[in-house]
Amino acid sequence: MSVIAREKGKRINYRKILNHLLLILMSFVMVYPILWWFFASFKTTAEMSSRDLLPQTWSIANYINGWHVTENLSFGTFFRNSLTVSGICVLGAVFSAGLVAYGFGRLNFKFKKIWFSILLVTMMLPGQVTIISQYIMYNKLKLIDTYVPLTIGHILGGGAFFIFLLVQFVRGIPRELDEAAKIDGASTWRIYWNVIFPLMRPSFVTVAIYAFIWSWDDFQGQMLYLNSAPKFTVSLGLRMFIDQAEIRWGELLAMSLLSIIPSLLIFFLNQKEFVEGVATTGLKG
Amino acid sequence: MNLSLIEKERRRMVRAKKLKQNWEGYLYIGPWVLGFLLLQAWPMLYSFYLSFTDYSLFAEPNWVGLQNYKNIFTIDFTFEKSLKATFKFVLMSVPVKMIFALLVAMMLNKAVRGMSLYRTLVYLPSLLGGSVAVSVVWRNIFGLEGYVNTILNLLGIDSVPWLASTTWSMPTLVLLNVWQFGSSMIIFLAGLKQIPKSLYESACVDGAGPIRRFFNITLPMLSPVIFFNLINSMIGAFQQFNSAFLVSSGGPAHSTYVYALMLYEKAFTSYQMGYAAALAWILLVIIAGFTAVNFIASKYWVFYDS
Repeated sequence: MSVIAREKGKRINYRKILNHLLLILMSFVMVYPILWWFFASFKTTAEMSSRDLLPQTWSIANYINGWHVTENLSFGTFFRNSLTVSGICVLGAVFSAGLVAYGFGRLNFKFKKIWFSILLVTMMLPGQVTIISQYIMYNKLKLIDTYVPLTIGHILGGGAFFIFLLVQFVRGIPRELDEAAKIDGASTWRIYWNVIFPLMRPSFVTVAIYAFIWSWDDFQGQMLYLNSAPKFTVSLGLRMFIDQAEIRWGELLAMSLLSIIPSLLIFFLNQKEFVEGVATTGLKG
Repeated sequence: MNLSLIEKERRRMVRAKKLKQNWEGYLYIGPWVLGFLLLQAWPMLYSFYLSFTDYSLFAEPNWVGLQNYKNIFTIDFTFEKSLKATFKFVLMSVPVKMIFALLVAMMLNKAVRGMSLYRTLVYLPSLLGGSVAVSVVWRNIFGLEGYVNTILNLLGIDSVPWLASTTWSMPTLVLLNVWQFGSSMIIFLAGLKQIPKSLYESACVDGAGPIRRFFNITLPMLSPVIFFNLINSMIGAFQQFNSAFLVSSGGPAHSTYVYALMLYEKAFTSYQMGYAAALAWILLVIIAGFTAVNFIASKYWVFYDS
């Protein structure tokens, strides 16, 4: 009996080792392009298509030349612009989606169910059916080449995904807390601001993370609405390299690598919230 | 008499309270309602109207009836090519990505030690998403003299003209999409953790092997999650834009000219706004159709507990 048990234990061990080996291989394959990218950004042009992963001579010329992409524009400007856009999006999403979520999660009003179903349906609506009219509208309002089209959606409710995520969270907060405040005669606003809002902190972190990364990575919207180079974001700065007759790959890879650092930092500092956000609502990272 | 007066007064107060509640509720959801009306509802209706017009942004819309739709289905050869490219992308990337995500999730579910490290590494490409940076890397390593070909040559295989050939350009984009299976994987992983262990134990007692356990327990228990992932990735795949625009620019010979790219060029390069609006509505119908078929089919394979 004990022999069988030991035998079985051994077999499971082998399986576990095999599982880990496969996972290590898998992780390696997944991360390899990123490793290559990292090392290639320190290579000279001549070495770019070399089969070696590591550069022969490490050079930071790509970073220095790439940073000053044109004579009077540097990535410093693009980073500042991107941070501005993403900052507005994060603040807008947290404050407005929080309000809306409180409305849906706690208050009663006519047609609430209908509005909430509409909210859920808009999650599946392809952006293509609205983008043309939106562009025409912004064009008429002379808002092209401003940050308004890129941020207004976040200020006005922050989007269905965020509201949905926050509503789920508000519903989980024990009602006794606001009942107690209500008995004390607190207004809905006081209840929201002093009771609910502070309790929603963890879910706000998730919203902030995603609002930041999505607006940071956005490309189509930024390309559509921004057309003067000093207003360009990092995504558009990178595209300036691609548009040139001969692509300066080393510089492009170096600046691309810099462009993902904010997202990486946020991811590594908030892994728990990040994974939970994906797992509970199916948000795309 | 007196009683009914009190009753009336009570009712009036209830009504007043309700009115205040309504008014307050709308104050809170107001930002979203405004956003919905301004940025979604009205633009949708307006684009529907535009789809029956000829509009270039520089003159007033000119009513042309069904002409745009007629031209799309009969004259425009890029429409057919674009549909083909889009379906190819959806049919290749969605299943492959899902199978990959499920396999890796099952492996991670077994590995107790180091699970979060593996998860982090595997998720990393998905974090970078459809950003310009990732497209840049892809375009480089799949170039004619890129790193992938260098490795192939090293193994004694001839270079493949990845992005310059009509056969390989689409698989290259699909691969980029599959590389980012992280979100689906995390959703699968959360689903797998919900399956009660006791089910597997009693199946083991009954002598069911790993393959039977997978088909008779894992798949049915996970079917709602699979369905969710399927709908999500499908809707996303139909709207794929960044990689086709940045990595392959729709080419060569329209082989990666996906729908969103065609729509973008029609609307914002040649300013055929009415025509592009018609294209957008056709896309909406296609996506809605596929989603509806999936919902109907789900009755036969998605298993809901309770």
